[in-house]
Amino acid sequence: MAESDALDDTGRREFLMKITSVVGGTGVAAACIPFVASMNPSADVLSKATTEVDLSGIPEGGMHTIAWQGKPVFILHRTQEEIKAMEASNGGFQPQPDKERVQKPEWLVVLGVCTHMGCVPNKEGPGWTCHCHGSQYDDSGRVVRGPAPKNLEVPPYRFIAADKIVIGEA
Amino acid sequence: MKGKIIKWIDQRFPLTSFVKSELTGYPTPRNLSYWWNFGFLAGFVLVLQIATGIFLAMHYKADISLSFDSIQHIMRDVNYGWLLRYMHSTGASAFFLVIYIHMARTLYYGSYRAPRELMWWTGQGLLLLLMATAFMGYLLPWGQMSFWGATVITNLFRATPYFGDQIVIWLRGDYTVGDATLTRFFALHYLFPFLIIAGVVVHLVALHTVRSSNPSGIDLADKDNIPFHPYFTSKDFYGLGVFLIVYSIFVFYFPNLLIEPANNIPANPLQTPTHIVPEWYFLPFYAILRSVPNLVGGVVAMALSVMVFSFMPYLDRSRIPGGAQYRPWYRAMFYFFVIDMMVLGYVGYVPPTDESIVAGQIATFFYFALFTSLPLISKKEEQWLVKRGLPPAVEALIAGEAREKGKLPYRRRKGDIS
Repeated sequence: MAESDALDDTGRREFLMKITSVVGGTGVAAACIPFVASMNPSADVLSKATTEVDLSGIPEGGMHTIAWQGKPVFILHRTQEEIKAMEASNGGFQPQPDKERVQKPEWLVVLGVCTHMGCVPNKEGPGWTCHCHGSQYDDSGRVVRGPAPKNLEVPPYRFIAADKIVIGEA
Repeated sequence: MKGKIIKWIDQRFPLTSFVKSELTGYPTPRNLSYWWNFGFLAGFVLVLQIATGIFLAMHYKADISLSFDSIQHIMRDVNYGWLLRYMHSTGASAFFLVIYIHMARTLYYGSYRAPRELMWWTGQGLLLLLMATAFMGYLLPWGQMSFWGATVITNLFRATPYFGDQIVIWLRGDYTVGDATLTRFFALHYLFPFLIIAGVVVHLVALHTVRSSNPSGIDLADKDNIPFHPYFTSKDFYGLGVFLIVYSIFVFYFPNLLIEPANNIPANPLQTPTHIVPEWYFLPFYAILRSVPNLVGGVVAMALSVMVFSFMPYLDRSRIPGGAQYRPWYRAMFYFFVIDMMVLGYVGYVPPTDESIVAGQIATFFYFALFTSLPLISKKEEQWLVKRGLPPAVEALIAGEAREKGKLPYRRRKGDIS
C-alpha cells in the first residue's frame, strides 16, 4: 500500500487509534493491580487467622473478651435463666432462634463488633449496649434496638475439648 | 545590577509581566469587605500546616507500637516540639474555621453563581481533600479517639453495595484498624496537602479568569477596580494580623481545648470509649449520619450533606443580582441554615438520647429542606422583588455600572424583564 493511501484511509487510522487505546488502557489497568493489591492484608496479617481459647476460667454468668484477628470476641458463659430467656425469644430486627447462634447453649461466642459502625458494645445488664450510637443486643447477641442493622456476628469456631475452642476454623 | 538580572530572567521567563498581570496590575473590586480575606487566610494556614507538618514528620514514628510515644517524645523532648504540635493541631481547626467562613461568604453573597461555578466546584473538591487529610491526620497520634474515629469512618464504606466488607478490609489493610492502616494514613496525610496545593492553583487560575465577586454582586466597571497590590495585599495582611492574634491565643493558652481528653489514652482495640465524638468541624455531618436509623441511609445522607453545596449554582434560580443583601427571603434562609448547622453541631456533640436523636432528625430535615426548596423559593422571590422593585440606590448602581461597561450586568435569559 502506498503511503498516501495509508494516510488517506481514515477508517484504518481510527481503528488503529482505538486498538492502541484499548491495549494501552489494559496495560495501565494491569499495572495498577500490584498497587491496589499491596493495600490488602499482608501475609503476616492473614496468619493471625485462628485463636485458641481456654473456657475453664470463665465463671457462670461471666464474660471474657479475647482478641481474634485483632477484633474483640465476646465469650459469655450463660446461666440457665439466660438460656431459657433467650430460647423463648427470637430477637428483634433480624429474628433468629437462639439455637442457631450457639453450639452449646451455655457458651455464646460472638464478635464484639457493633454491626452499625464497628464500635465495641459494653456488657450492661442483660445483653450489650453500644455507646457510640445506642444500639442494643440481647444475651444471644441479637439486635433489639437500632441503628445497628444486624445481629452480632458469630465467628467460625469449634470445640477441640470440653472447655477449649478454636476461633477462626469451623 | 538588579535591573540587569530581571531583564535576563524576563527574556527567559515572564516574571515581570506575570507579577504585573496577576498582582500589581490585577484589577480587584474596590469594595471588597473583610469577608474577602478568608481565601488568603486559607492559603496561609495551608502553608503553616505543611511547614509544621514536615518538621513534625521528622520526629514522628508511624508504627502502632511507637506512634503514641513518639507524640510524647515530640511534646517533651524535641526542641519546641510542643509548639510545632500545638500549631499543627490548632491549625487544623483554624483551617476548617477559615474555610467554613469562606464558604459562608460565598453562599451569602451568591459568589457561586455564573460565571463562578468552577470556583465553587474546585472549592468543593478542595473541601473534600481537606476533610480526608484532617481525618487521616487524626489517626496518627494513635489515641483512643484516633483509633475509634478511624474505625467508625472506615466502616462507613461497608455501605458500598456488594463489595462493602472487602473495601473496608482493603482500606485498612487488616481486619481492624491496625499498623497497616496507620502507615498508609501517614503516607497519604503527607501526600494530600500537595494535592491541595495543586487544587489551589486551579482554583486561583479560575479566580483570575472570572475575577473576584464583590459585596454588591454586580460586575464592576474598570473605574471601580483597583490593583491587588498594594491595596489588597495590605488589607489581607491586616486580616492576617487579626487572625494570628486569635490563633496564638489558642496555641499558647488553650492548646488542648479542641483535643478530646480521651485521645491522651493509647488506642485500645478491645475497648470503645463511652462517648465517641469527632472533631468539631465534622460534628454537623456526624449528626446527620446518626440521625438516619439505617446504615446505608445514614452514609448516603452524610455524603449528600457535604456534596449538596455543589448544586447551589443550579438550585438558586433567582436572577436578582447580588447576594443575600438584596434578597430578604434568601437572607432568611441563609441565617436559618447557619443556625441549623449549629444545632446539628450540638446534636453531634452530645451522646445519643431520645431527645437529641429527634432534634437531630428535625435539623437534618431542615438541612435538606432548605436546599430542595431553594429553586422554588428563589424563583418566587425573584418575581416578588421584580414586582416590588429593587431599592433605588441598587437600581442606580446597576444602571451606572452597566452604562460604564456597555453591557448588562448579569446573563440574560429568556423571559427577562428589560
